[in-house]
Amino acid sequence: MTDQQPIREEVVIKGVAAAPGIATGPVYLYSKVIPEISARAIAPEEVPMEIERLRTANARAEKELRKVLAFAEQKLGSDSATIFEAQIMILGDTILMGTIERRITDELRNAEYIVSDEISKYKHLMLASTDEYMHERAHDVDDVMNRIIRNIQDQQLYSRLEGTSVIVTETLTPADTVMFSRNQVLGYATDLGGVTSHAALLSRSLKIPAVVGLRHASRMVKTGDTVAIDGYAGTLILNPSPATLVTLTAKASRFRAFEEKLAGIAGLPAETLDHKRIELSSNIEFAEEIEFAKVQGSEGVGLFRTESQLVGRSDYPGEEEQAALSTQVADATFPNPVIFRTFDVGGDKLAPDAHHEENPFLGWRGIRVLLDRPEILLSQLRAILRASARRNVRIMFPMVSSIEEVHRARAYVRQVKEELRAKGIRFDARIKVGVMIEVPAAAMMAEQIAAVSDFLSIGTNDLVQYLMAVDRGNGSVASLYQPFHPAVIRTLHHVIEAAHKKHSWVGVCGEMGGDPLATVLLVGLGVDELSVIPPILPEIKKIIRSIKFKDAQRVANKVLTMTHEKDIRDYLSSIIKNKVPEIPMDE
Amino acid sequence: MVERTVTIMNKAGLHTRPAAAIVKTASRFQADFFIKKGVYEINGKSIIGVMTLAAEQGSSLLLVFTGPDEEQAAAAIVELFERGFGEN
Repeated sequence: MTDQQPIREEVVIKGVAAAPGIATGPVYLYSKVIPEISARAIAPEEVPMEIERLRTANARAEKELRKVLAFAEQKLGSDSATIFEAQIMILGDTILMGTIERRITDELRNAEYIVSDEISKYKHLMLASTDEYMHERAHDVDDVMNRIIRNIQDQQLYSRLEGTSVIVTETLTPADTVMFSRNQVLGYATDLGGVTSHAALLSRSLKIPAVVGLRHASRMVKTGDTVAIDGYAGTLILNPSPATLVTLTAKASRFRAFEEKLAGIAGLPAETLDHKRIELSSNIEFAEEIEFAKVQGSEGVGLFRTESQLVGRSDYPGEEEQAALSTQVADATFPNPVIFRTFDVGGDKLAPDAHHEENPFLGWRGIRVLLDRPEILLSQLRAILRASARRNVRIMFPMVSSIEEVHRARAYVRQVKEELRAKGIRFDARIKVGVMIEVPAAAMMAEQIAAVSDFLSIGTNDLVQYLMAVDRGNGSVASLYQPFHPAVIRTLHHVIEAAHKKHSWVGVCGEMGGDPLATVLLVGLGVDELSVIPPILPEIKKIIRSIKFKDAQRVANKVLTMTHEKDIRDYLSSIIKNKVPEIPMDE
Repeated sequence: MVERTVTIMNKAGLHTRPAAAIVKTASRFQADFFIKKGVYEINGKSIIGVMTLAAEQGSSLLLVFTGPDEEQAAAAIVELFERGFGEN
């Protein structure tokens, strides 16, 4: 017999690219499920030792959480940190811990069993609630329970990871992300999550490759397996073959060489060879990302997602808190402009007072929520206007589907201006107020909406989903989610033409804006701005600087005559290969 | 024994921060403190218990204090509720 492992087959799992880069290494499967908590009888004389184990574990858990808390306060802000404060309080709950110790003494069972049994009671009560907020608290309680049990079992804790590994897990909580990021992590791969999840954001700023949305990946691998993650293509490759590794290594060095070359263009304008200027700005969720965006050569913030202020909290932030953040963001971006999109809650995005909807994407979200809850909209508008004194702030409304909504929202802007004027607070009286075009009805009415707005910004993610009637999170139809579908391109063309007819500035802030395959087309269709995630920015700029506007227009006109999505992709891909051969495209 | 009935005034209900405020205040007193909501009863000095209450704005709770300083404890806790935990 030899110890030789049988050669295992290579498996490629497709997910979503969340942070660029390629990593290969052993898997560390991080599981939330605590294995085997079985009831074990203990002798009466073992009770003091069992209680000592519990107390030690509790103290260690608290120490860990304090570290997480300190780090979270600094990285995520004091409101997100509240979750960890509550968890620390649970560890210090003398009634709870007293009950657990008494039960160990009375029932003569092992500590981890009693901890699990006692805390689970509360967890089940919370899960039985119809309130979404309570379900989230149940996760926090679960997290504390697992932390104690893990420490009781003296398992090697994930935060004390030896060596370097690729973390594979179902999902990463803010606490996990924070702890892992202090270790030698080669990359992250998660079953759930999108490009804007905490894990994705943090790994981008730490430059750690990450792939999310891998569905069942964590059930297909085990600790020690060899995997490669491709943070460009968004894939996890289990048991990569030697040939795949060679390809990936080559791809990594090709991308790295390209990235190094791109570093030089950060200070240059996004301008075509025949001097047509495109504003190239970034999509930002946390104020901390702005520095990185600037380094990448961003000219402003084309989309600031204000929903980041709602992460991990049960209520909307007050005006003062929002004003502090808006001012921080506006100052960090100055003299370049920043577009604050008002809270886009609902759909797949968190709302502090969310209720269950059968069909959330067609439900109460974006401007619909804000117009129904004017107190929330007003305090947000006050906060944004208060940050506008230096004249680099703009406001944008999401999920608009009619002119009436634009009129009503703008009336609130006027109301807030009057209030601020009466109070003698400085603000930009001519602040630009725009509309996000993401509902087909708004796209059809783009000309009329442009007539009553200062600018339009096309949110391609939702526009494509609504136009194609496809939920891209639904595996059965995900392949029908086609940003290059001729209907999508005709719609983009219509919106851009309509905006320009009314002399309105029009940008693209959806994912398509940051897709290198779409750049020539969008420039050719005439967009004034592209707002993209910061890591991709230099690449998009490189493409813009490598083409003539005249040629891009020709490409766009040709695409507008095409009828098949695949033909359009193939054509655009050939254009990139021809005009910007140094762009490393995914096959 | 002292009993008081209170109504949740603050918009977000008894979420984490108010729960923490209740437990912290209650722990300063010797008196035992229980919160009853319908048939459900929890120890008011236990954060995990109070967190489970899921008491939303407008719901009413019965507070029961037993101990040497029950009057003072009741006054302090009732005041917290009346001020809406300083959140309105």
